[in-house]
Amino acid sequence: MGNEKVYVIPCSGIGKATASVGRDATYKVIEDKRPETSDTLCLSLLTMGDEEAADKVRKNKVITIEGCAKDCARKNVEASGATPAISHRVHDFLKEHRDLKPESVLDVGEGGRQLTEIMAEQVADEVDDLIGKA
Amino acid sequence: MEMEVRPTKVGVLSCSGESEAEGTIARNAVRLVMEEYRPGIVVSLCLPLYLAGDSGERDFARRVPVIAVDGCDKACARLATDKYSGDVESWIDIRDLINQWGVTEQLSRSHPGKLEQELTERVAQEIVKLVDRLVAEGKVEVDNQ
Repeated sequence: MGNEKVYVIPCSGIGKATASVGRDATYKVIEDKRPETSDTLCLSLLTMGDEEAADKVRKNKVITIEGCAKDCARKNVEASGATPAISHRVHDFLKEHRDLKPESVLDVGEGGRQLTEIMAEQVADEVDDLIGKA
Repeated sequence: MEMEVRPTKVGVLSCSGESEAEGTIARNAVRLVMEEYRPGIVVSLCLPLYLAGDSGERDFARRVPVIAVDGCDKACARLATDKYSGDVESWIDIRDLINQWGVTEQLSRSHPGKLEQELTERVAQEIVKLVDRLVAEGKVEVDNQ
């Protein structure tokens, strides 16, 4: 295995609890589940044209996680010259687990935490798959 | 003769930087101000949406005074606003602020504990001061009823 990492990039959504789920799921993957093989970066920095950030997404595999259908993370990664290997919307996980609705942006609540864990597990497996293919 | 129409909202744009603890503090502090301290006055936008979005988001930031809240001196929120909607009214650099407060502990971006929550509260109060100053200066019209 080389030095490749999978960059898990959530949207920076400040208005939706689903964005908090995406952000928390990202931290679970990169800090707890796959710290050796995954990382994240500031989406705003990438969007502002930071060359170092753009280089990371161009040279590594990327998974984006969206809090809403505007798909800011995917679109901004694409605008930087990369194509995400996988793009998720938190709402798709929520459709599968309708009882796990996150409560608020500042506190996603117990349902939101369970949804975060489900999402993080799947993304961690995807990191393994992508590193295996790297 | 046209009547002057003053804005009724203050825009607060947070960097929300995912890779830095100060980005988490920025995001949570802005939400605290929106939800608890100055609800109805403060509005925010997702910064990447503002950057990549249509003219609606950028027009909004042209019509209201904007406070940029950045986690670090890369100043994504301030630079983005300056570029697309004009100069910000005020800018907070949280890392600089935390240094001024003498905090040297390692901060967590993912698991905000007591210290991160205290810092979030202090940053929120700094934002509140800036919002109130805009109101006091008459740059924002607030319905007191």
